[in-house]
Amino acid sequence: MLSSVTTDMHETARLDVRGLPSRELNAKLKELARAGVRRIELRNVYGQRYIGTGLRAAVEIEIFGIPGNDLGAFMDGPRIIVRGNAQDGCGNTMNEGEIVVHGNVGDVLALCARGGKIFVKGDAGYRAAVHMKEYQAKRPTVVIGGTAQDFVAEYMAGGVVLLLGLGLKEGQRHTANFVGTGMHGGVVYVRGEVCKSQLGKEVDTAPLDENDWLIVRKLVEEFVFHFGGDSERILGHKFTKLLPLHLRPYGRLYAY
Amino acid sequence: MKTYLPAKFVVERDESRCIRCQVCVNQCTFGVHSYDVEDDEIRSREENCVGCHRCAIFCPTRALTIKKSSLDYRDNYNWSPEVIEDVIKQSETGGVLLTGMGNDKRYRIYWDHLVLNASQVTNPSIDPLREPMELTTYLGAKPERVEFDSSGLRTEVGPQVKLEIPIMFAALSFGAVSLNVQESLARAATEMGTLWNTGEGGLHPKLYQYGANTIVQVASGRFGVHPKYLEAARIIEIKIGQGAKPGIGGHLPGEKVTGEVSETRMIPRGTDALSPAPHHDIYSIEDLAQLVYALKEATGYSKPVAVKIAAVHNCAAIASGIVRAGADIVVLDGFRGSTGAAPKVIRDNVGIPTELALAAVDERLRREGIRNRASLVVSGGIRNSADVAKAIALGADAVYIGTAALVALGCTVCQQCHTGKCAWGICTTDPWLARRVNPDIGSKRLSNLLRSWSLELKDMLGGMGINAIESLRGNRLHLRGVALTDAELQVLRVKMAGS
Repeated sequence: MLSSVTTDMHETARLDVRGLPSRELNAKLKELARAGVRRIELRNVYGQRYIGTGLRAAVEIEIFGIPGNDLGAFMDGPRIIVRGNAQDGCGNTMNEGEIVVHGNVGDVLALCARGGKIFVKGDAGYRAAVHMKEYQAKRPTVVIGGTAQDFVAEYMAGGVVLLLGLGLKEGQRHTANFVGTGMHGGVVYVRGEVCKSQLGKEVDTAPLDENDWLIVRKLVEEFVFHFGGDSERILGHKFTKLLPLHLRPYGRLYAY
Repeated sequence: MKTYLPAKFVVERDESRCIRCQVCVNQCTFGVHSYDVEDDEIRSREENCVGCHRCAIFCPTRALTIKKSSLDYRDNYNWSPEVIEDVIKQSETGGVLLTGMGNDKRYRIYWDHLVLNASQVTNPSIDPLREPMELTTYLGAKPERVEFDSSGLRTEVGPQVKLEIPIMFAALSFGAVSLNVQESLARAATEMGTLWNTGEGGLHPKLYQYGANTIVQVASGRFGVHPKYLEAARIIEIKIGQGAKPGIGGHLPGEKVTGEVSETRMIPRGTDALSPAPHHDIYSIEDLAQLVYALKEATGYSKPVAVKIAAVHNCAAIASGIVRAGADIVVLDGFRGSTGAAPKVIRDNVGIPTELALAAVDERLRREGIRNRASLVVSGGIRNSADVAKAIALGADAVYIGTAALVALGCTVCQQCHTGKCAWGICTTDPWLARRVNPDIGSKRLSNLLRSWSLELKDMLGGMGINAIESLRGNRLHLRGVALTDAELQVLRVKMAGS
């Protein structure tokens, strides 16, 4: 089925992409971005992969439906809003841009991301924020409203992860194990309970200092701006900061 | 702790020739030579010598000779000096033994048990001095069939990369080697119509101008990977494994992450660059397909995507999966393949020979009818043009050379790459040492090497009575085995010499 493109006076291109293969959909997106369209609405997205992958343009893409894997992979600049859930590999090796998911995301969220921001209203799957790294002014940021599964922040080398645990019941701990295994940079803020046994052995814990609170407050306010809620109620809770125990966890592994 | 390690080399200085110029003192990076002002004498700490010969080559009066130490343990086939000394090193440090370069053990080198054919009387040989000889190779997926109509080719053919010679420079990352080495490789590749490979260290801004001759790597650490990097390249290579260290990741220690390395890898200066053992988004062939197509999507299907694996036991089945995952090129790196640093136990004991892996993969892909869907590139232990010819006859489309290219730049295979002290200025990021490789001279030496090998390849082809490398590709009838067992001949699909 062919997609229909309509544009209004606000330069928004609207596409019905039901049944459109991923490759054609993405070619269309790139073509529109090249033509200078600044806002694109995609309707009836049913699992098409690679939406926004490798896209380098200041364009906003609003997705109604469920985008497939590798949403915004290698992306450099666009803003993607998902009115639904996202799947695996969302924000893979992302360089810059923003992804806002009004639902849950699958596994390997923000793998190796170097920049940009990702906000998830609900939960994230396994291996979120693995090997994220920061460089100069780039500091990738991942905010997860619910909780994440095992290996979150594994091998983390930079950036910020904020786990809000909003879906957890009073007294219920976050579910992930092996949190931050091999972590050697960056910081994870956890709202709610996380037990020492859930953390990787390269991870240290600390209370939040003034600077941490500034970062967390700003991110919570952005989260509330995207998804609604009461930022004071979210902030009025126990937070723990997770950080690497050593900047070089494997420095003493070798003879010479 | 007092070390029980003996000196490996003896430094002999001919006092009648030595003019106390101290070139050796300045050239040695391992702290062997020193000058005693009071006695006006050059002294040597032989225990530090690694046998790289930098001092001997640069001594203006040829006063230095480096010899192997004659200190022998009592003969013992089982407990060789290397085995004893490894235990000593471990008991003194408690760490994993690191080493550089490729597997140096006495495993059979199959190249040396394969011989090429030549024409005699019937089907006469061709004189490459008089006849045009074709080495041009195209990398990329080939269609099953081609169809034409009145307006020309109707079949859609994926991106193809033209190589003037089927020899490319293997992945050598900036960080493992210096920028001058990479510039030498990039310039030689551009001049000779072939490609060089960034390795996993990103692409330095200075080298973007060589993009049309550049293969960029996407490995598990994704260092320096961003859209402009992908767009700059001619080929994108997903690195799954490396022949020198199959199954394990890599650690570039913080000391090597200098300002420029930090810029290229896009990580803060002085931090360890950890490449995890697996890609954390690849747990299956389907996941691999996802990354292959993510890269194709990111670059508009304009360039081939290669997948590099180490040659391991089951590589034929894995290669089949890689082709089915949409890779346009499969790269097989055998266990002789080199490294800037790897655990010695892995380098010397894991993986299989390039020759056997190549034969097995080519055979498997042919049998499954998918050989056309990907080009096959091999690396790991290609030492000369004969190895290249034999690899192509065994089914390779092209080869990568790493160690041979470094030897062209001065490397003497002393296996100290992991120390970062390379006296030849190759495997180091120390700016003072890196100046020892001059890209004007380095690129010339590399171009010369490629020119020699292509002349020799043409000679070998002419001798076989064929005038295009395409006619040798996968043509195992041009090979015979010498002193190989039936099982070996079976895997290689090569007949015994005389039969």
